[in-house]
Amino acid sequence: MNILFYIAATAAIVSTLMMVISKNVVHSLLFLIVSLFSVSVVMFIIGAPFVAALEVIIYAGAIMVLFVFVIMMLNLSDEEKRKKRLMKSKIWIGPSAISLILLAEMVYVLTAQPGYAMGQEVVLPVAVGELMFTKYIVVVELAAFLLIAGIIGAYHLGQKEKTVHHRYLKNKNQEL
Amino acid sequence: MNEGVLHTLVAFGILVVLLTIAAGLIWLERRLLALWQDRYGPNRVGPFGLFQVMADMIKIFFKEDWIPGFADKKVFVIAPAMLVITILMSFAIVPFTPEIMVVDLNIGILFFLAMSSLGAYSVVLGGWSSNNKYSLLGAIRGAAQMISYEVFMGMSLMGVVIMAGSLNMTDIVIAQKKMWFIIPQFIGFVIFFIGGVAEAHRLPFDIVEAESELIAGYHSEYSGLKFGLFFVGEYLGITLISALITTLFFGGWLGFGFLPPVFWFLLKTFAFIMVFILLRAALPRPRYDQLMSLGWKILLPLSLLNLLVTGAIVLYFQ
Repeated sequence: MNILFYIAATAAIVSTLMMVISKNVVHSLLFLIVSLFSVSVVMFIIGAPFVAALEVIIYAGAIMVLFVFVIMMLNLSDEEKRKKRLMKSKIWIGPSAISLILLAEMVYVLTAQPGYAMGQEVVLPVAVGELMFTKYIVVVELAAFLLIAGIIGAYHLGQKEKTVHHRYLKNKNQEL
Repeated sequence: MNEGVLHTLVAFGILVVLLTIAAGLIWLERRLLALWQDRYGPNRVGPFGLFQVMADMIKIFFKEDWIPGFADKKVFVIAPAMLVITILMSFAIVPFTPEIMVVDLNIGILFFLAMSSLGAYSVVLGGWSSNNKYSLLGAIRGAAQMISYEVFMGMSLMGVVIMAGSLNMTDIVIAQKKMWFIIPQFIGFVIFFIGGVAEAHRLPFDIVEAESELIAGYHSEYSGLKFGLFFVGEYLGITLISALITTLFFGGWLGFGFLPPVFWFLLKTFAFIMVFILLRAALPRPRYDQLMSLGWKILLPLSLLNLLVTGAIVLYFQ
């Protein structure tokens, strides 16, 4: 199990790195998907199969498909120009500094506390469900509010009276 | 024979049987469609044209493996493989009998949903990497269709999960000993079936391919072996959805005793495969917006209602 963990963890790091440095947008999205898979395998190995499955269903299966969808629709073509712009130090110094600080913090947190053996107990879906609807019920409800607000907002923004030019398909408002 | 070797053999046997069934279905579908349309269909090669598939496969294998110069080569190659891999992975959790199954995961249904949601990538990436406007249109439709239909396909299964009290496929089959879930979960079954047809992008929901408007949609540019993978993947998809319907709603391997369990499973699965083929012969293709509004305005509320009522009843009788 330990070897599997290290393989998956390495794959996650390498694919995330490739995502950042890849020049083609769709390729970097694909690397991000590979990275999500690797994280899902890591989750599975440390004893959280439910989280592993959700990671693939929600992140890799739904959200990333939407990302790819949008990228396809945008059809970015002026790649040369954007590549040059990315090389300027003004663009990448800020994010890199923040990432470095976060990395240092994470290394500190991980080294400061004692380690645990992997996969001591497997957390089954039932246990996750019980916790979510008892101890963390408020958080779940808040997340639900947020999502509903998002959906209603998207619906409101996307609502547009369609103008139809076919004489049989005209809307009632359009009729003279 | 030790346990590990036996398990590997079972897994390998399932793989071979599935690929054979998928290939055989190509012949079966062509013959049945011909029957329903008053023609003969392929009947020249071998008895009843049975070797037609073999002949087609030989032809596909010997074709030049060609990638269009304007395509994104790596993605173009990955896309068809992704379809077949995700579908074959989903078969890992299908319990053919209590003994014949690849892995008895405690998150069985979730694993299937994860794999089916990844299936969307093959369509999307295949269409995008072809660098062809018809392919791209097919891919965009495919992405929208598969994401939307996945949502309530998953929801419709939650009724079954509530009644069985488990996500494990074996537990779900055993929970159907008294009554198959088709009776209490009829709405769930209908929604899952419609969602399944859309996931396998079969007619009437094959607007992803829609040969009369998009040539062949996402696989216009594919030929030879890669096209063959898409083609076999479609039939594997039909077999997968049929096997899942059998497992989740029709009692899996449970039967009336005078036949071995695996036979019952295959019989039920085969019946659903036939329904899939009949659908193709019988129904016209809806318009794209009709498909979307059917999904989001009718099937999604229905599946939520089904979930709510099932949950309430199960809680009441607990």
